[in-house]
Amino acid sequence: MDQHITPSTYRESGTDVPLLAFFLGIGAFFFFVVAAVTPENAMQIHAFMFLAAFCAGLYALLLQVQSGNWPDPSTYNTNVVKAGVVASSFWGVAGLLVGVIIAAQLAFPEALSWPNIPQLNFSRLRPVHTSAVIFAFGGNVLIATSFYVVQRTTKARLFGGTLPWFVFWGYNLFIVIAATGYLMGITQSKEYAEPEWYADLWLTVVWVCYLLVFLGTLWKRKEPHIYVANWFYLAFIVTIALLHVVNNLAVPVSMFESRSYSLFGGVQDALTQWWYGHNAVGFFLTAGFLAIMYYFIPKRVNRPVYSYRLSIVHFWSLIFIYIWAGPHHLHYTALPEWAQTLGMVFSIMLWMPSWGGMINGVMTLSGAWDKLRTDPVVRMMIVSLAFYGMSTFEGPLLSVRAVNSLSHYTEWGIGHVHSGALGWVGFISFGALYCLTQWVWKRERLYSLALVEWHFWISTLGIILYICAMWVAGITEGLQWRAYDELGFLQYSFVETVEAKHIPYIIRAFGGVLYLTGSLIMCFNLYQTAKGRVRQSELKASGTGAAPLPAAAPAE
Amino acid sequence: MSIMNRHTFLEKHSGPLVAGILVVVSIGGLIEIAPLFYVENTIEEVEGVRPYTPLELAGRDIYIREACYSCHSQMIRPLRDEVERYGHYSLAAESMYDHPFQWGSKRTGPDLARVGGKYSDEWHRQHLANPRSLVPESIMPPYAFLENRVLEAEHIEAKMIANRRVGVPYTDEQIEAGVHDLMMQAGSPFVEDFSGFEERWPGVSIPDFSDNKQITEMEALIAYLQVLGTMVDFSTMPIETVADDSETVVAADTDPQQDG
Repeated sequence: MDQHITPSTYRESGTDVPLLAFFLGIGAFFFFVVAAVTPENAMQIHAFMFLAAFCAGLYALLLQVQSGNWPDPSTYNTNVVKAGVVASSFWGVAGLLVGVIIAAQLAFPEALSWPNIPQLNFSRLRPVHTSAVIFAFGGNVLIATSFYVVQRTTKARLFGGTLPWFVFWGYNLFIVIAATGYLMGITQSKEYAEPEWYADLWLTVVWVCYLLVFLGTLWKRKEPHIYVANWFYLAFIVTIALLHVVNNLAVPVSMFESRSYSLFGGVQDALTQWWYGHNAVGFFLTAGFLAIMYYFIPKRVNRPVYSYRLSIVHFWSLIFIYIWAGPHHLHYTALPEWAQTLGMVFSIMLWMPSWGGMINGVMTLSGAWDKLRTDPVVRMMIVSLAFYGMSTFEGPLLSVRAVNSLSHYTEWGIGHVHSGALGWVGFISFGALYCLTQWVWKRERLYSLALVEWHFWISTLGIILYICAMWVAGITEGLQWRAYDELGFLQYSFVETVEAKHIPYIIRAFGGVLYLTGSLIMCFNLYQTAKGRVRQSELKASGTGAAPLPAAAPAE
Repeated sequence: MSIMNRHTFLEKHSGPLVAGILVVVSIGGLIEIAPLFYVENTIEEVEGVRPYTPLELAGRDIYIREACYSCHSQMIRPLRDEVERYGHYSLAAESMYDHPFQWGSKRTGPDLARVGGKYSDEWHRQHLANPRSLVPESIMPPYAFLENRVLEAEHIEAKMIANRRVGVPYTDEQIEAGVHDLMMQAGSPFVEDFSGFEERWPGVSIPDFSDNKQITEMEALIAYLQVLGTMVDFSTMPIETVADDSETVVAADTDPQQDG
């Protein structure tokens, strides 16, 4: 855990502050004007939020300049990583909580509906849930881990002085703007790309800075070799930029109104959207988190990555094939059949690189299998790979047109997404957060490994209840929709198929409660660890502390 | 493994690595998406599809604002049960003026691609305000607040202009008379000129009695729902045999209505 690295020739003592201050000042003035001119209440609220954030940023810069307390450029920037850990934990709980609420709304619609409070309707809360878990929780985990990993594997401090902080706060500002926008009815109604044009523009600015920080750190690296985790982070950052910009091309009604109309319409918009949507899964929720796998698992178990060659094949085949898979979201629609077929073929091919990556991660434990028993954090990360393997098998299966004709539009899709999101993304993130908290706060061990066990088992039970309930609900409704009676008429009215899902909906909501409970246990554990506390009974039992410290670097 | 050895170059140079990533991730999207813009039979030529009237467009904006796509699709697949439940399968042409598309991905509620004309306006009003008063087993949230909100009609012209910028063929006359036509279709007594409406919006009906003094968001949303799936007259089309296997999509590609 040596923080000291050789001094770099880069000056990082605040030369970028005037530039950032200038930028924030211009921005503050701009949003002041917007707030004054806009005819829309919601837009005015957003302009004031931007204004407040920019003023807070200026104030923070001022305090920084006044204190004269510039960080030592020869050390790692761990404070921004710490902030990322806190933000991830917060958004994780918030996103899961909204998920539990909307799951309960589907199970008990009458008790949980408010006819005159549109902000609390399922339709406005659902994007809050998806954005909070994917972009707020997942995004903060990715930013925090990438900032940590790129510094460690390049042996260089993060590039850009205060720029990493701008990326962190700017990204979280985007999240707040997006989520409050949905509540106020500001949405493009494009799934997973709901934020309106001005939020999209802001994210583009932040994202370019993110790429700059990441690449800049690579440029000043002291290791000749770029470690494999960084390839995945790079692919994630670059491709998300491409997807985000193209899918959100739109013409706003005016500079001072939130509403915009997407540049593409109908079938072209549909395929652009699912090219984006599926690769938000492929590059945000897969490539980024595979980067976490490639660093945190070897580091935690202190073994090199299983196969260097496999990681090269894994990387290029995964990013090449994923991009093609989008049309499987549009089977049997008005999208031309050739595009559907291409999407299906590549989706099936995608099974191989996915499992190649899973094997590379799991087999990294070769020679250290005992860690599965002794370290619940390792177990969490390995089980996340098991869920990854399961959902990347289920995905190609669902992309087959014949299967898709049954599964599409049903709860099966929701179940599939959640086995990937809760099992893979959630568990690998939790594993990374446990490791990061211990490492950046420089603690010898976690507050309690027993609590990690509780987190693991409660959450695993929650996932199993969730996905089983959704399999049952989805296959039931899919079969009911196409059921015929003996006279050749459709057997069920639509609402009868809704009624049939009542019990699965309750079980699903309960599974969500369990998963949320697990993450609350984690937050408590992380907080205590950061505070430097160790659970007394465990301290006595283990003697010096059971959790292994990260020692040698992985296969860098 | 010489390729593996050459890979070392990428592992030591971030610029070429980024360039490589960009090339590799661009190929699939280019090959799949770009042809949709110039292959002619991507969108069938059918008669009847027109841009939304100002009132329908305002209603569509409310549909989008409330994120109805979360639970309702607008895309009927060419499968026997769907065609029997919802009507003729959806054509690409029917959503050609939809920016953004609203095909959806989930049917927590039924498909709405052809909901237009299935129920009366009054049914929709009551159902949106309190879904379970009409369908006791429904799990849809109530949208009663739409009845208390006055529709912002003045902005409709700017919205039509923005739509024209992305390719919706609104005429100058349609845009200039936007507010007027919106009020007329909603049955407002405060509009005078009845002559032009029919020319600008042929086939769009207006209420017999104009006594609607305050146009609410509810009315705009209902006007949008009532036009969904009604623009193309499928009664003149020969009905195709639809079965639930992949052959049906071949039938969809050779649409008999093609006249080009």
